[in-house]
Amino acid sequence: MTAVLSKVDRGRADEARPRPPRRHRLSKLDTKVSPYLFVAPFFLLFGAIGMFPLLYTAYVSLFDWEVGADEPTFIGLENYKTLFADDQFWNALFNTFSIFVLSSGPQIVVAVALAALLNENLRARTGWRMGVLLPYVASLVALTIIFGNLFGPQYGLVNDVLSAVGIGPIDWQADTFGSHIAIASMVNWRWTGYNALIVLAAMQAIPRDIYEAAVVDGASALRRFFSITLPLLKPTLIFVIVTSTIGGLQIFTEPKLFEPSGGSGGGAEHQYQTVVLYLYQSAFQGLDLGYASAIAWVLFLIIISVAGLNFFLTRRAVR
Amino acid sequence: MTNRRPSFLIYGLLGAFVLGSAFPFYWSFLVASRDNAVLTGDFTLIPGGNFFSNAMRVFDTIPFWKALANSFIVSGTVTVSVVLLSTLAGFAFAKLRFRGRGALFLFVVATLAVPTQLGIIPLYMAMAEFGWAGELEAVIVPNLVTAFGVFWMRQYLLDAVPDELVEAARMDGCSLWRTFWHVALPAARPAAAMLGVFTFMQSWNDFLWPLVVLNADNPTLQVALEKLQSGYYVDYSLVLAGTTLATVPVLIVFLVLGRQIVAGVMQGAVKG
Repeated sequence: MTAVLSKVDRGRADEARPRPPRRHRLSKLDTKVSPYLFVAPFFLLFGAIGMFPLLYTAYVSLFDWEVGADEPTFIGLENYKTLFADDQFWNALFNTFSIFVLSSGPQIVVAVALAALLNENLRARTGWRMGVLLPYVASLVALTIIFGNLFGPQYGLVNDVLSAVGIGPIDWQADTFGSHIAIASMVNWRWTGYNALIVLAAMQAIPRDIYEAAVVDGASALRRFFSITLPLLKPTLIFVIVTSTIGGLQIFTEPKLFEPSGGSGGGAEHQYQTVVLYLYQSAFQGLDLGYASAIAWVLFLIIISVAGLNFFLTRRAVR
Repeated sequence: MTNRRPSFLIYGLLGAFVLGSAFPFYWSFLVASRDNAVLTGDFTLIPGGNFFSNAMRVFDTIPFWKALANSFIVSGTVTVSVVLLSTLAGFAFAKLRFRGRGALFLFVVATLAVPTQLGIIPLYMAMAEFGWAGELEAVIVPNLVTAFGVFWMRQYLLDAVPDELVEAARMDGCSLWRTFWHVALPAARPAAAMLGVFTFMQSWNDFLWPLVVLNADNPTLQVALEKLQSGYYVDYSLVLAGTTLATVPVLIVFLVLGRQIVAGVMQGAVKG
């Protein structure tokens, strides 16, 4: 701090003495203009590379726009008409929601239980926290490939273990429900520990005297958990659900890479093709940019509505 | 709830969870250390002796070192840019008064939940237009700022820099830029470091967009791994040697910075 101040003093001594009025003008200009200059890089870049492409997607979706074709032709809402009559799109939407429900439901329950365990007075607390967070840092591509191996229908470890206890074998790739479970378990494996830490942070923010009062009143540990902890965690749980919705509805890497040498991904019968995967395939393999843009825009509206709904619910829950 | 040390049951449950968390990594190494032919059928948790030769085959099959270097260049550039521009804008939103500040910040908050990833089609057209398809610029430029970064730094700087300090610097004739550089930036260091770690990890793991614009000759690590797996016949000891090699840098980072990453998540860092 002293170094900073002495630098400032020197600067003033050099500039200020000869012409105070000019310095004053400059300083005023600085106060007025600099804040805008500071936020400008963000807004310019975010506008150009974030918002503009997203909005332009809506424009492209009104055209028959193919890679390599001469001139895109305006076709109005034709792409949307085709899309709403497209079985593959509805199938992809169903798969996306199915995988999302299979992953977020169990994940929240386990995350809360795990957070309760971590909230105990543990030895080596940070070590345990790091341990549960480990999956979060791993590369999604690497993990998907590893899980693809574990869930292999023929020699996969999961089927080996299951058949040892008399279940299966289950064809985790060809079976619709099976593939959804396999993909959901990757998502769960990656995010449960992460969400547990968020819930843990919220648990620690609950004032201790509430619990002490409950103990005095003779409430059991289980009762304290369900009557105090869980209600007070509600805003956090909704936050966790919102973020996992926004991420979950855009799931791509897992269905793309789940099956090794599975062509473009999503399964031979599209049994685990998701919306973003369908978007990717339409745009960069089908080369139909207009149609893919319609998919993107519909998904965008779905995500915004779900997130908006959740935001509304969160605000009510907080009050 | 109490100050009592918890029972062994709790340690046992946590231990099982952590083992489950670590297992896929170990499995990847296990398969990578063996001969592909041995895999079918028999199961053992003891590594074989072929990891080195499998790793060499990875280097022969994909441009691994180039992909690694590319990933470092991309994630490094993106991280520096996001941290610097977020701190600058976050400082302005937290500590400076200007017309339209409330509305502009509301815009930042509103865009937090916007899935900008869905704009990849026009982005792809633009990259083709600029001649950047296949080049690293194509994966760097679209990620130079995030709304989350600005939000995060603003929240931190609200409390981290006292208004009086900014006032004092102004009284002493410090320009706003110098106030930012000498007062706000040093104070922002803890939050900036955390933002940096998360931005780096997110960029490192990014897959959809790099897959769209990059090709097999000039990939990031994630794109290279995909190429390793997408052959007609999958040689798992080769592919999982690749995933193991790609995981090693991440694990090192986690061992070094794990404590900070845990703290960052618990302070409400956002999902990647």
